[in-house]
Amino acid sequence: MIASYFPILLFLAVATGLGIALMSLGLLFGTRKTNDEKISAYECGFEAFDDAHMKFDVRFYLVAILFIIFDLEIAFLFPWSVVLEELGGFGLVSMFIFLFLLVIGFIYEWKKGALEWE
Amino acid sequence: MFGWSELVPAFPEILVLSMACVVLLVGLFTDKKKGGFIVFLSVITMMFAAILTLKDHVAGVEFTKTVIFNGTFIRDEFGDMLKVVVYLLMISVFFYAKQYLRQHDNLQGEYFALLLFATLGIMVMISGHNFIALYLGLELLALSSYALVAYNRNDLNGNEAAMKYFILGALASGMLLYGMSLIYGAVGTLQINEISQAIAGQNNDMFLVLGLIFVIVGIGFKLGAAPFHMWVPDVYEGAPTATTLFIASAPKIAAFALAVRILGQSLDVLMIHWQSMLATLAIVSIIVGNLFALQQTNLKRLFAYSTISHIGFMLLGLVGGAEGIAASMFYIIVYTIMAVGGFGMIVLLSNKGMEADQIADFKGLNQRSGWYAFLMLLLVASMAGFPPLIGFFSKLYVLKAVIDQGHIILAAVAVIFAVIGAFYYLKIIKVMYFEESETDQAIDASFDVKTVLSINALAQLGLLVLLPVLFQYCIRVTGSL
Repeated sequence: MIASYFPILLFLAVATGLGIALMSLGLLFGTRKTNDEKISAYECGFEAFDDAHMKFDVRFYLVAILFIIFDLEIAFLFPWSVVLEELGGFGLVSMFIFLFLLVIGFIYEWKKGALEWE
Repeated sequence: MFGWSELVPAFPEILVLSMACVVLLVGLFTDKKKGGFIVFLSVITMMFAAILTLKDHVAGVEFTKTVIFNGTFIRDEFGDMLKVVVYLLMISVFFYAKQYLRQHDNLQGEYFALLLFATLGIMVMISGHNFIALYLGLELLALSSYALVAYNRNDLNGNEAAMKYFILGALASGMLLYGMSLIYGAVGTLQINEISQAIAGQNNDMFLVLGLIFVIVGIGFKLGAAPFHMWVPDVYEGAPTATTLFIASAPKIAAFALAVRILGQSLDVLMIHWQSMLATLAIVSIIVGNLFALQQTNLKRLFAYSTISHIGFMLLGLVGGAEGIAASMFYIIVYTIMAVGGFGMIVLLSNKGMEADQIADFKGLNQRSGWYAFLMLLLVASMAGFPPLIGFFSKLYVLKAVIDQGHIILAAVAVIFAVIGAFYYLKIIKVMYFEESETDQAIDASFDVKTVLSINALAQLGLLVLLPVLFQYCIRVTGSL
């Protein structure tokens, strides 16, 4: 019973070992030239430490929403493709109708310029 | 297993869905200035949907109820009659919306696509035969409506209204879902007919009654019945008038269908409980609606409170047994026709930069145009319930059904407050006929809008011819549920 968990233990050991090995190789052989910019905290696009009540560009929401739609589409496609054989023609057509509706949404957002940043 | 022939009864819904997508795409490639084609497509969609719905009802052929999609969708006479009314209402909504959006230089395909998606939601609510299907229809309608209310992005009032509508609507959906989940917990099924069978004989199960309470709160919110009416005046006032006239019309029919499907069809055993709850909601709505409407100077707000009282009458009908449900159906159909006309009149009198939503804007309408003053007179008098207009008969049928069930006090209260309510309707008429006009601006609208408005208002008289037939239909379709 417990032996069946052995691969996981092995995986943990290899992952930890590899992680430590790579980090220490970098520390040992890498060249280090630091400056203020390099060692300051980094947050993509924003000041890292700032007033939380700042104005937030609404386009971030737009991108996030567009992303989640197509992300969910993929989430539907995976289980669908696994059982497609059992679903048969009905399942195939249903998914294509779903994809077609998404394509309409995609054309809409493209034409509206939601995909352009500036 | 699924057969393709199962799709046939759902053709009207499929058509509306496809056309909503087409309108969305056509809107992308159409110039803002034009846009007449979008309206044309939307109207044509409703006409074809009506044909698809009615083609199974030709004389001489027996219509049979069909339940499809694993029992989640039903085509019956009750649903088909309500759907046809919805199509007609939506056609007039499209024309008024065109007029209103043209005035504001804001005619875009999205507006009509959203209206079509909302229509689809209404159709699913009417035909849903499963709690989840009903809820899906409700959400499709609600999400489209929130966007329609916020259509003028730079209008602060519109945004505030949309925010209120969204928050309270989400709360109401939550209540409804919670109630549904309690009922599911007690019964173990979501199918309308199976619930009805499963709960036979257990009309005092506290678990079920708790679920019922939440469901009724949810439905009360969606209908805008007092004491769950707080959003109604603010949303009506803040929304663009074209959206207000939509919210005031077709969704009420959907909410009625929802109430009948959930309360009348699935929880029929609990009738003794929901009747007393609905009676309370009805009386409170009639009192609150009529009293608060007395003080309004903004016509959209006034109509909002008048809606609350009309919803009260509709709910009162549901207390009146089998005949009461028919009376209530008749009432809601007649009311939505009046409401569309009333708001249509506001749209007609508005022009660029000015919304004619104050009662004062109707001053001396008779001097500016005798015809429109007459049409508004018909609409308002019908709302107040003056004989011989159709609004009188719809109230009469409801009251008759309620009295037949022995609820004389309920009927008496309703009548007293309807009479009090007549005051504010008469005030509009007085302003139109006996006060001096402040502007002499000509009424500027395209021919089709004028025609639709005239038909809409004259229906208050014209429907009298069809009165017995229409009411017989209501009795038949509610009887066949």
